[in-house]
Amino acid sequence: MSQQSSKTAFLALLRRDFLLAYRRRAELLQPLAFLLVVTALFPLGVGPSPQLLASIAPGVIWIAALLATVLSLDSLFRSDFEDGTLEQMVISGQPLALIALARTVAHWLVAGLPIVLLSPLLALWMNLPDEGMSILIETLIIGTPVLSLIGAIGGALTVSLKRGGQLLSLLVFPLYVPLLILATGAVSAAIVGLPYAAQVYYMYAGLIAALTLAPFATAAALKLSLS
Amino acid sequence: MNRVTLFFHKAGSPPWFYRVSGLLIPWFWAIFIVLTAIGLYLGLIKAPVDYQQGETVRIMYLHVPSAWMSMMIYGFMAIMGFIALVWRIRMMEVLVISSAPIGAAFTLIALITGSLWGRPMWGTFWVWDARLTSELVLLFLYFGVIALYKAYDEPRKAARAASLLSIVGAFNLPIIYFSVVWWNTLHQGSSFTGDGPGIHPSMLWPLLIMATTMKFYYGASLLSRARLTLLKQDHRKRWVQDLLSGENS
Repeated sequence: MSQQSSKTAFLALLRRDFLLAYRRRAELLQPLAFLLVVTALFPLGVGPSPQLLASIAPGVIWIAALLATVLSLDSLFRSDFEDGTLEQMVISGQPLALIALARTVAHWLVAGLPIVLLSPLLALWMNLPDEGMSILIETLIIGTPVLSLIGAIGGALTVSLKRGGQLLSLLVFPLYVPLLILATGAVSAAIVGLPYAAQVYYMYAGLIAALTLAPFATAAALKLSLS
Repeated sequence: MNRVTLFFHKAGSPPWFYRVSGLLIPWFWAIFIVLTAIGLYLGLIKAPVDYQQGETVRIMYLHVPSAWMSMMIYGFMAIMGFIALVWRIRMMEVLVISSAPIGAAFTLIALITGSLWGRPMWGTFWVWDARLTSELVLLFLYFGVIALYKAYDEPRKAARAASLLSIVGAFNLPIIYFSVVWWNTLHQGSSFTGDGPGIHPSMLWPLLIMATTMKFYYGASLLSRARLTLLKQDHRKRWVQDLLSGENS
């Protein structure tokens, strides 16, 4: 398979996924509405004290982002699996890892990127100090693709199961632990004026590792689900 | 066919595995019982009381080997899962899914004994310390593997999915460990590799004996579980029919 045709396939898949996403706008908005509702529950639950909210803000925003991502992951491969598109993709002759990567990139652009764009509003609600704002956005930009990449493995493993959604969260949340620790650590450090470069570099390393390895695991899981 | 290839072909065959494991299991149990008796006697009665921790130090003889086992078994599962996926050896799939509940049990023992020790020593059953947290995450990883296996109807597909998940988890485990260490640490460092004064032989020996005996427990329990899984999966096959009719006559 030539490089040219792989690139064409990758772009064609992306275009198809955007079109599908655009036609199911309401479905896309659900995780985002969920993100807003979950974040809004925290001030109601722990009290509106600005100092308290500011101290838990990085964790709350990041956990809300994790939950919203996992919510949208269940549908990542499901409709393609159910109508047989996935089988056609496998027998198309294109590397399955490439197809998995295209699906994941599309997922990030329609589900991860909106979280990044909404994060200033969440930060405002949670009274996040100004020093933490830019680094919160940076960690979300680096971190949400990793959420999509790792989550795609779980989505591919559970796609052939009837009730995969709940299982999916059990599978992927433990894998998200390092990312959550690094991201919230970086934001908290930035707020109190400590250096946070180390955490951010580790997150970049994680992004590169996930970008190179996760599509292969996703491809293996997809093959397994189709077998 | 050379000897190694022959061994692999034989080990991959369920009837051969069933027969050989049947011979090994009684030995594993016997060694386990003898060593546990010695280890517990040395650890709970003979070993000296720690001058800081008092009698509670004796929890260590169960806690530390369990924690070691919990990590070792997960590593084994990842290696066996890799072999199962790459060479499609069915016995390895069976061993992966038979390992998961044992590993989860050891993780749970490590967590429970740890919090029983933590109550008098740290004044609390639970702290969000690095080692406790990573052990807890490990327990969730085990739960994930078990739940994924149970969710599939078809056993071989289920085992392959569980194998893949344990490989992914094993990649993450060191990252999880180092990230939580960096996040928060209260737990004392290892008594074996740290810079502090080492551990005295009167305490080291019972610990090593307990660590060894748990490996035999794992072996016995793993093989018993694998045999049962094989019988369940193959209950319509010839060799199981032959075996059952032979035992009844």
